[in-house]
Amino acid sequence: MAEISVVLPGVLQPLAGGQSILTTPADGAVTVGSLLDSVTGTYPVLARRLRDETGALRRYVNIYVNGEEVRRLRGLETEVSAGQEVLIIQSVAGG
Amino acid sequence: MGSMNAAESFVLAIGTKKGLWLATSQDRKQWSFSGPHFLMSEIPSIGIDTRDGRTRIMVGVRSEHWGPHVAHSDDLGASWTEPEQGAIKFPEGTDAAVERIWQIYPDAESRPGVVWAGAEPISVWKSTDGGEHFELNRGLWDHPHRSEWGAGYGGAAAHSIVVNPSGDNVHVAMSTGGVYRSLDGGTSWEPRNKGISAYFMPDPNPEFGQCVHKIAADAAVDGRLYAQNHHGVYRTDDNAENWESIAEGLPADFGFVMLTHPRRAGTAWVVPLKADGERIPPDGKLAVHRTDDAGTTWKRLDSGLPQSEFNAVLRDAASVDSAEPAGVYFGTRGGTVYASADEGETFAEVASHLPDVLCVRAAVVAGAPVTAGTPA
Repeated sequence: MAEISVVLPGVLQPLAGGQSILTTPADGAVTVGSLLDSVTGTYPVLARRLRDETGALRRYVNIYVNGEEVRRLRGLETEVSAGQEVLIIQSVAGG
Repeated sequence: MGSMNAAESFVLAIGTKKGLWLATSQDRKQWSFSGPHFLMSEIPSIGIDTRDGRTRIMVGVRSEHWGPHVAHSDDLGASWTEPEQGAIKFPEGTDAAVERIWQIYPDAESRPGVVWAGAEPISVWKSTDGGEHFELNRGLWDHPHRSEWGAGYGGAAAHSIVVNPSGDNVHVAMSTGGVYRSLDGGTSWEPRNKGISAYFMPDPNPEFGQCVHKIAADAAVDGRLYAQNHHGVYRTDDNAENWESIAEGLPADFGFVMLTHPRRAGTAWVVPLKADGERIPPDGKLAVHRTDDAGTTWKRLDSGLPQSEFNAVLRDAASVDSAEPAGVYFGTRGGTVYASADEGETFAEVASHLPDVLCVRAAVVAGAPVTAGTPA
């Protein structure tokens, strides 16, 4: 079965057991939301860093699918195809 | 608590905009620091819980990127624990998310394990397991006034929680909303702001909507509380039924801090700022003011403080310890922290050039002084 990979920024890797890439098997397209459910299921602290308790993506967390930030697409409803790679990158913010 | 002995030491926790610093001392003069812990996360709330024979430091952590969480350490910061399922989060159906934890308040000695929290959006929480898991107070969350509460400049938050010794009376202060009181341990709530001005509203004496900045309970007089308001310093002697001004004798009635003595009736400290529109110490001269007669008179305390200081002191950036005499600690938005081992008579700088100080807490802990843990 094909996989979908989620690439974590370095700062979040300790929350995923030190892994830089989390993968989940997929035989078709899945939404970014369900992809996050899947790859963070065993890492609840990581899950909360990305989304708040309403399920909303945190404001300064950016997720890229095919180089496009998902807020410019369909947000967490954006579909990801098997074999694709998803990037999580914190936005440039703060001072 | 009597005089210090070798089996006691002091812990000072400094929460800033970019991390937490911890310090320990045997004499409240020489401090050994560790930090920053949680570098690049703000630490707006700290609770030092010395009940149950241990020293647990609980912190409200907030990352601009990764959101808020509560962590705790039982080894003075050598290691931190974040409960896997999260210590504080809104239950399903509320459609709300915690933005920032503004207050962590260990309850009385007689109720070990009970810790209260105040958060943004305006909400009060209670833990019965030492701060590892908090439950939302539904009485306040479901209060019919909630939709009318507003946001102060720093956000809409419940920032002060005061519980009386018996546990029946709980007072919460929120910005903006004012003081709410529960007589049944937190089940039901009513506003109690009579006498407190809300000059910035069309009706300057509303039932609620006041911008109270901090409240604190008198250590020895039941039903007496003090409030530092957004302009106005007040005292109540009847459990918040009526508030009266005690601002006379202060150089300004604006400020954020309100501290009370750990044991002695009538003693409280404030740190006045000039005004809403000029949030600096009056004349650029930083001073703490203490009353020993419940606000009838105030004494200016500035020994050891700088000649010139233009930074504000935020509402939780000040603390007392429980020693005799009581220690007084505060930090500025300019990142300087001052400590007094004699109830404010003399201060000494204990840290400087830190990020903006958001929260300061100090405690007397059992055990010989040890170097605080290594940075996280």
